[in-house]
Amino acid sequence: MAIVDSRTPDPKRFLSGATGDWEIVVGMEVHAQVTSESKLFSGASTSFGSAPNDNVSLVDAAMPGMLPVINQQCVRQAVRTGLGLKAQINKRSVFDRKNYFYPDLPQGYQISQFAHPIVGEGVVMVSVGPDRQGNFEEVEIGIERLHLEQDAGKSMHDQHPTMSYVDLNRSGVGLMEIVSKPDLRSADEAKAYLTKLRTILRYLGTCDGNMDEGSMRADVNVSVRKPGGDFGTRCEIKNVNSIRFVGQAIESEARRQIAILEDGGQIDQETRLFDPAKGETRSMRSKEEAHDYRYFPDPDLLPLEFDDAFVEELATALPELPDDKKARLMSEAGLSAYDASILVSEKAIADYYEALAKGRDGKQAANWVINDLLGALNKAGQSIEETPVSPDQLGQVINLIKEGTISGKIAKELFEIVFAEGGEPRAIVEERGMKQVTDTGAIEAEVDKVIAANPDKVEQAREKPSLAGWFVGQVMKATGGKANPQAVNQLVREKLGID
Amino acid sequence: MTDLTELTLAEARDGLAGKEFTSSEITNAYLGAIDAANSALNAYVAIGHDKARTMAKASDEKLAKGQGGPLEGVPLGIKDLFATEGDHTQACSRILDDFHPPYESTVTANLWADGAVMLGKLNMDEFAMGSSNETSGYGPVKNPWRAEGATTDLVPGGSSGGSATAVAAGLCVAATATDTGGSIRQPAAFTGTVGIKPTYGRCSRWGVVAFASSLDQAGPVTRTVQDAAIMLKSMASLDLKDSTSADVPVPDFEAAVERGVKGLTIGIPKEYRMDGMSDEIESLWQDGIAMMKDAGAEIRDISLPHTKYALPAYYIVAPAEASSNLARYDGVRYGLRETGKDITDMYEKSRAAGFGDEVKRRIMIGTYVLSAGYYDAYYLRAQKVRTLIKRDFETAFDEGVDAILTPATPSAAFPIGDNERHVDPVAMYLNDIFTVTVNMAGLPGIAVPAGLNAQKLPLGLQLIGKPFDEETLFAAGRVIEKAAGRFTPERWW
Repeated sequence: MAIVDSRTPDPKRFLSGATGDWEIVVGMEVHAQVTSESKLFSGASTSFGSAPNDNVSLVDAAMPGMLPVINQQCVRQAVRTGLGLKAQINKRSVFDRKNYFYPDLPQGYQISQFAHPIVGEGVVMVSVGPDRQGNFEEVEIGIERLHLEQDAGKSMHDQHPTMSYVDLNRSGVGLMEIVSKPDLRSADEAKAYLTKLRTILRYLGTCDGNMDEGSMRADVNVSVRKPGGDFGTRCEIKNVNSIRFVGQAIESEARRQIAILEDGGQIDQETRLFDPAKGETRSMRSKEEAHDYRYFPDPDLLPLEFDDAFVEELATALPELPDDKKARLMSEAGLSAYDASILVSEKAIADYYEALAKGRDGKQAANWVINDLLGALNKAGQSIEETPVSPDQLGQVINLIKEGTISGKIAKELFEIVFAEGGEPRAIVEERGMKQVTDTGAIEAEVDKVIAANPDKVEQAREKPSLAGWFVGQVMKATGGKANPQAVNQLVREKLGID
Repeated sequence: MTDLTELTLAEARDGLAGKEFTSSEITNAYLGAIDAANSALNAYVAIGHDKARTMAKASDEKLAKGQGGPLEGVPLGIKDLFATEGDHTQACSRILDDFHPPYESTVTANLWADGAVMLGKLNMDEFAMGSSNETSGYGPVKNPWRAEGATTDLVPGGSSGGSATAVAAGLCVAATATDTGGSIRQPAAFTGTVGIKPTYGRCSRWGVVAFASSLDQAGPVTRTVQDAAIMLKSMASLDLKDSTSADVPVPDFEAAVERGVKGLTIGIPKEYRMDGMSDEIESLWQDGIAMMKDAGAEIRDISLPHTKYALPAYYIVAPAEASSNLARYDGVRYGLRETGKDITDMYEKSRAAGFGDEVKRRIMIGTYVLSAGYYDAYYLRAQKVRTLIKRDFETAFDEGVDAILTPATPSAAFPIGDNERHVDPVAMYLNDIFTVTVNMAGLPGIAVPAGLNAQKLPLGLQLIGKPFDEETLFAAGRVIEKAAGRFTPERWW
């Protein structure tokens, strides 16, 4: 099969070496654990964190005479994911056996899909950036295929002085292997792709995307070439388990390959492992040591077939996906592409935003989420899931501004209090006397005081009306920010005699 | 009182229901016969005296109240390939030493639900790979038949040799068996018993140790056609635990037995007239044709042009699937484990010690034909042949043929340790020449005893039917049985 190069070489992405520029070419195989109650071919539970071998059926343990039966929930999840990747859904697919011996593979083969996967070609739009000007670049990354397969169990080598133990809880859990085309051209693109893919899966609810629990893992194929040249020989880096490590692995592997090529050597096609402690990849097995998996159709299973109505039903019930949501936020709420991108980047952020923006000004809500909430969370090292300020609490803060009960400045203080201490914003405003002063008499007294104390500034302001802002600022300062800024502004202008 | 071990299943069932004797009586009669004969015949690899008596007692309680299922109190032998909970279940392989499944196969569960009693587990070729029962890890089974005036021990055929011998020698009323390339029909023909391999998907494979998943199918070995119909009715079911199980109703097969063949068209495939076919087989076939004609069937010569490719294609597909199915016997979780210096060494030593030569041969063939670079030339081509074989049959049936009559085997039973078949495995594989096509096409096939040869050894004929039309096979098989009579070996053991 000929590999199509869909990208135009872009100097921004090049790595420079001793002999000139190099271009990185990356393709990824992502293993995403299907969100389902039970395993791909058995009724055993998929729950994470159970005691070893608690979630093992006779089928998972490959007892003699046991037979696999496809879990329809996993099929639906794979089709939904395919729809989310705007991919071709194959109404007929075939399960094959991939044969090899390993203690954590009880059957002696993995049931997978080889020649006829359930999902064919699709696309993922990836935002790469921002660059120094704060711009994002939209890049289209091709999906080659998605297929369903069984996960293996886990060997444990630290339980006994001379023996290894095997935990089969994960044995037979459904995985979606999502294979990209070799369309990625930098570590940043690869990280952005993986992030976007995870976002899509989480929006769909087809994989929880928790890389630290192993429910999403990436095999990264890396090669380098002179810009615009033929594809180089690739190395596959197996089982990288965080987005950050994917970036590091690609950078270091590309550097390693460039060094070899610039020394006049050649790249050996091989499987490598990334060592996060050393920040480099090392050889796992060469092409010669590669297994002959002897794929053939699993005779215990019929071809997987469904009709258009089945796909249509799933398509109709599909949730709004990040790209569509972004477009809607831009057109409906008038958000900038930048703001909309941030809000849809994680499902939990989008959910938060939409709860907050309901019945409120969308732009204002977006500013609060992006500048204040995400800023505070970032500073505290917390994720959106851990936010101490609920959409309802933040919504109250915004309502209080709109009602004129507090000023924007006080609102920021109020937010900080709620973030740090919790509590009902409205009650906090009452208790701590943070209400805005709208009593014109009190404000007028402060305005008079400032005007009297600064005759030179008064002169200047009459020449240059925009200096009125300085007076407003002084009054706000003097009132501890509680004065209604509009009232102050109006009075200052009246007293200075400017319109 | 008559010897209870000579009754057919139908007679035993009716006698039990009519309270002429109890299940405990007939069960004890069989246990006594097994204890007396097994050292000579080696049909059983495990005899469950206590379990059989407990089951019989429970049946007797039901029968006394006039209750019970269609097989209530009937003692059966079970091929060692079927998982029976807590019992010996090793597919007669040493690699499964000490394995006792915590589960019951669907087929045997169906039988117990219908009231049957289990006598024990029957000998077989290791993992059902063989045509003489000589590859068993428990030693060969002897055929209760001997050539007239001879004392040479003969094979009962395989792989269901224990099932066939036990039924023929009066060591169970009927037996379960399995057939991947002829493993029910060939032993039935060698022992003068009836064996039917039903349509693929008719009986659940769940809990049956797998040999070649796309070909394996369970069926009964019995003394009469009627008994086979009764057994199959109880064994068959739709099973959601087996994705290849067929969602078709299970008819009352017994009701079809006396239906006759009047007005049916019986096809005679010219390709089954092989070069070098012996006169005794040729004349047996002619006898069968005459029996069908006499019963009112129309005889039609037909062509199944791809027949000659069936055996070679079978010996690619079956080992390919077997090489993968048997990968789970790795010494890690159950069965035999030899100590090794690392995991690979443990695998190699365990599998070297646990598998016999024939099983190893087929694993190697299967691994080879699936290997990179050979897959297209062997496995893929064999699957194409399989499609053509299937099409041959479809064409014949589309053109009005109701069933096809062929010999069941190319010869009568041969001696244990027969030199030619041991030096050349292909000579042994040729035993399946008339039967493998049926498995490749997924069709039902029945072997019915049709006569004795010059040495007074039984010979069988095979009838091949349309998918899920076992009823026609029972009706046509009964015609042969009525014309040829029943055949019982003379007791020498």
